[in-house]
Amino acid sequence: MNQTTTSRLIQAGFVAAVLLTWVLVTSTGLINPIFLPNPVDVMEELGQMIADGSLWADLTITLFELVLAYTAAVVSGTLIGFAVSTTRWSTRVFEPLFAAFFAIPIIVFYPLTVLYFGLGPESKIVHGGMFGFFPIALNTITGFATVDRRLLLLAASMGASPKQRFVRILFPAALPIMITGYRMGFILTFLSIIGSESIASLAGLGHRIVWYAEALETPKMFAYIVIVVLLATLLNTIVAALELRRRGA
Amino acid sequence: MAADSDSRPVTIRVEAVEHTFGGDDPAHHVRALDRISLEVFHGEMLCLIGPSGCGKSTLLNVIGGMFTPSSGRALIDGEPITRPMPAKIAYMFQESTLLPWATVLENIMVGLEFQGVAKPEREPRARVALATVNLQDFAAHFPDQLSGGMKQRVSLARALSLGTEILLMDEPFASLDEQTRMVFGEDLSQMLATTRKTIVFVTHSLAEAVFLADRVAVFTARPGSIKEIMTIDEPHPRGPDFMTTDRFARLRNSLYAQLRDEIRKAMREQQVPSTID
Repeated sequence: MNQTTTSRLIQAGFVAAVLLTWVLVTSTGLINPIFLPNPVDVMEELGQMIADGSLWADLTITLFELVLAYTAAVVSGTLIGFAVSTTRWSTRVFEPLFAAFFAIPIIVFYPLTVLYFGLGPESKIVHGGMFGFFPIALNTITGFATVDRRLLLLAASMGASPKQRFVRILFPAALPIMITGYRMGFILTFLSIIGSESIASLAGLGHRIVWYAEALETPKMFAYIVIVVLLATLLNTIVAALELRRRGA
Repeated sequence: MAADSDSRPVTIRVEAVEHTFGGDDPAHHVRALDRISLEVFHGEMLCLIGPSGCGKSTLLNVIGGMFTPSSGRALIDGEPITRPMPAKIAYMFQESTLLPWATVLENIMVGLEFQGVAKPEREPRARVALATVNLQDFAAHFPDQLSGGMKQRVSLARALSLGTEILLMDEPFASLDEQTRMVFGEDLSQMLATTRKTIVFVTHSLAEAVFLADRVAVFTARPGSIKEIMTIDEPHPRGPDFMTTDRFARLRNSLYAQLRDEIRKAMREQQVPSTID
């Protein structure tokens, strides 16, 4: 048995153990089902939500917010990060500034965002975009600023045009660090959208989780949590697969 | 043979090149090169040797058109050099400067692309260059799958693929172990015998300079100027037997005698930042 198989088995075993504990604890009546519902009930609620279509409205809204916020973060983070990285002066000025902003819990600005953009998806998109922007911009700056100078010298000696220099040297050299930023940005954008939905919103998966928690309808709440977990796993797998393909492995 | 070599055509001419680093603030000025003039003949291997920080790499970069000296100039075939001339000059650097994300073959092809070679010609030319360094079986490998010596052979193949008349080599074997260096040296000498390339080669190694060079230019400590030019009158290809001759030992010793004082001088000035070289 090779190492990959072993670690996969341990990971699967861990998930199975958590589920098994969940089943055991709830079926013995040890815990009040209002605090922790039986997984069977949760699955039933999940089936119901899918069958009557009530899931789709919230799922679509969350995905819509996520796609727009993340796209905005990727585009603005990449462009601004690249622009900053082009001169040493602007890197010295803006890199610490962005790093300082990144260290602030941006969530403190969320009430302000709601004040400006309302309770609808707009405030989630702005807030999620802000969260995603900083790691992407910072890693883009680092990626371009740390390109091996000797490679650029070599390109110059072989007569590379500015475009060739960018396409063949700068961009591929910066990309691995940028991809780390894209992953971090993605996780933060997703987290902040679910989080802001659960703080102040009208719809979305995060909104629904809090809604059912307050109504003490925990099986429904758990059904939405399961959806978020599955969504996170799925999106993370996609991003990781893209990253792997980029490496040309 | 001195009179004979003077009649050969001059490929590179360095005229009173002087350079001071440090920009606007005179307090930080470091004089790197002190009025250097020299000629490199067509088909010749000229080694530049000298203490660390003496400006030999700086001079190489002036010849390569990588930067403009404070005063003086370098000319190639009578034409002043103001910028890199990829059609005439190929570079090979000290450490491997291969693109880690590209295969061996792609690494060579990208140089041809930069140089402006038409797309259909790139792959066949890259494969020919790989074959000359005996790495044709590694075309699809990535640089991190190769040893240090193999990486430098790819770098050499990339430089050769450009088909330039001039090759500038900045301590290309410095990061390799001694055995690999010696084999590399023999291959290079073989290449010199068959292709008449004009090569300027920066090295720290006395044995390497004597083994490879037609002439060795000995630099003084900073500010670098040329102390002496030594001729090594031995036809290429040179083999391991040349290295064991008395003449080789004598040449190596007299080279060391030239360098000793300069190295001591450089050591005394070690507090000066040595980022120049």
